[in-house]
Amino acid sequence: MTAGEGGVRATARIGARPDGRGGTALPTLEGEGPLALRRTRASGSEARVMLVGAMSGPLGGDHFTVEAEAAQGARLHFGSAAATIALPGQAKGEARYDVRLTVAEGAELHWMPEQLISAKGSELCVTTRVDLAAGARLVLREEQVLGRANEEPGRLTSRLTVRLDGRPLLDQELSCGPGAPGGWDGPAVLAGHRTLGQLVVVRPEFAQRPVEARLLGEYAALTPLAGPGVLVTALAPDALHLRRTLDEALSTLG
Amino acid sequence: MHLDHNHTHDGPPAVSADAHRPDGRRRALRIGLGGPVGSGKTATVAALCKALRDELSLAVVTNDIYTREDAEFLLREAVLPPERITAVETGACPHTAIRDDISANLEAVEDLEDEIGPLDLILVESGGDNLTATFSKGLVDAQIFVIDVAGGDDIPRKGGPGVTTADLLVVNKTDLAPHVGSDLGRMAADAKAQRAELPVVFQSLRAEGGVKDVAEWVRGQLAAWVA
Amino acid sequence: MSRAALLVLADGRFPAGGHAHSGGAEAAVKAGRVSGAGSLEEFCRGRLHTAGLVAASLAAGAVLGLDPVELDGAADARTPSPALRTAARRLGRQLMRAARATWPSAELDALAREFPKGAHQPVVLGLAARAAGLGAEDAAYCAVYESVSGPASATVRLLSLDPFDATGVLARLAPDLDRVAHQAVEAARCALVNGVDALPAASAPLLEISAEVHAAWPVRLFAS
Repeated sequence: MTAGEGGVRATARIGARPDGRGGTALPTLEGEGPLALRRTRASGSEARVMLVGAMSGPLGGDHFTVEAEAAQGARLHFGSAAATIALPGQAKGEARYDVRLTVAEGAELHWMPEQLISAKGSELCVTTRVDLAAGARLVLREEQVLGRANEEPGRLTSRLTVRLDGRPLLDQELSCGPGAPGGWDGPAVLAGHRTLGQLVVVRPEFAQRPVEARLLGEYAALTPLAGPGVLVTALAPDALHLRRTLDEALSTLG
Repeated sequence: MHLDHNHTHDGPPAVSADAHRPDGRRRALRIGLGGPVGSGKTATVAALCKALRDELSLAVVTNDIYTREDAEFLLREAVLPPERITAVETGACPHTAIRDDISANLEAVEDLEDEIGPLDLILVESGGDNLTATFSKGLVDAQIFVIDVAGGDDIPRKGGPGVTTADLLVVNKTDLAPHVGSDLGRMAADAKAQRAELPVVFQSLRAEGGVKDVAEWVRGQLAAWVA
Repeated sequence: MSRAALLVLADGRFPAGGHAHSGGAEAAVKAGRVSGAGSLEEFCRGRLHTAGLVAASLAAGAVLGLDPVELDGAADARTPSPALRTAARRLGRQLMRAARATWPSAELDALAREFPKGAHQPVVLGLAARAAGLGAEDAAYCAVYESVSGPASATVRLLSLDPFDATGVLARLAPDLDRVAHQAVEAARCALVNGVDALPAASAPLLEISAEVHAAWPVRLFAS
């Protein structure tokens, strides 16, 4: 970790591979500063890791990177202990938060962090990039809360890219808050909602048995992607409703 | 460009009203049915399907104002198997879809021929519109304009592109003429004046004979098409 | 290049099927989110900066010679709603027919063969612009304008909105249209160097969700 005048730079790395006894080993488990990692109790063949926020952030000028790689046959569940709060900082400029996930054939990765809260005055650019080999499995959840209670949101740009076997499967960017391109809070984009989320599930068997599009209320839909994956997009009045919608959608996928 | 050429046709799909499909076969004859709301277009299409389905391979494209209501009617009446009925959505402008921008209808007729094999005849029914709606020659080979006696016996006199230029004018619901005070003789004379030698059929789908004359006209068109 | 060719391609009467689509306006009107000129303008502005930007960058990329098959895959990834993917391919197929009849081109023929049921409309738009001798900026302008003119004219029909008000909305959006068209061309040039993944992916959650709501209606005026 470095804390120069441009803010804090921190990286967390996880590497998962089968341990040869039916479980998953974590030969790489490196966190630093605000990105501390803790291995928690395994569940069957799945290793579980928690991202433990050791300080608040990211603040303006900070640059966080999280990298996780699941080798062939590994199963990794990766979550966070608390919500991430983007705050304005002393340093000038936006904060960056980059997540890089790589999943090999026959491996499975769950990236299930808690909410990202965009506090007033913050500026954060999140990029989440997932590279899946053919035959890889993924469950990924992202939730954005625009502003703390009764507070206007900060400026948030969040891009989620999922590539499967070298081709794009999903590429979506949300841009909101003061200074975002016009209309972000209008009737085509968020219509005043302050909580939104995405759930991506990729499973090879969806290629044979495609999931049908389904509405999950007026402001949420489960949609099959142009490939063996589905996306749930949900807008909600608050984080609790959002989580419930995403959890229910995941449970219906079996 | 890195385009694979593992397509089924020899050439790309046809552009417009070419008489042949990309594989060289002659495409189906396309007959349009237009006319005002409530004049009996859908009922005429249903009767034609029943009259012709045993002798011809046919399909129907409907152009509905609201999604698929005419298609649903034809499905309920079971005049054809469901795969032979397609609905085109028209965005509240049914005349646009059959005249000014026929691309969705062209796709519908091509898809029917692609998916259910060689067809002899495709009936394209317009959404109920007004007296000015006519079909583009890029979409249909011949068109029928359906009016009815209850809409007023002065419609043939008023003319308009549908009444004047359609290949066949059908005056429908003749059984209602005495009840609505329409003068069939006057309608026939006005139609003759507007249309010169172009044919006119007076029909009542409730009476004996029903759609027989229109079906006969369609057979004649088809004979000329394959000749 | 001929400036008049741009008018032909951008004309709302160019027979490419657009009249049957509302660009999400029908669903927004029914939900009460668009109820007049003011909310229509906000709707259009949001659509312009998301779907409009993406479409314009794909179209500009196709003019600049990016691989249309790769662009089509990029469009798929940027369109999670299957209803919107279907609409985009249907419109692409219809535009393809009109473009091939208007500006015959081996590139258009090849794309039509590759995607007999239609490539994404912006990709076809880019190749059509190329076939018409137009440039990347022209194609981007067509795409950004379509992204707002479609909902505006649909709303005139859906709400019986005063057509002068709807046209006023389009005129007020003009500076944004200029900006987004420029941004799209810049992004397409950047993608020439950095690959198609570098194209914008701006998304509008409500457009995607509402497209699925709309597709599930048994009765509607517009196809999308």
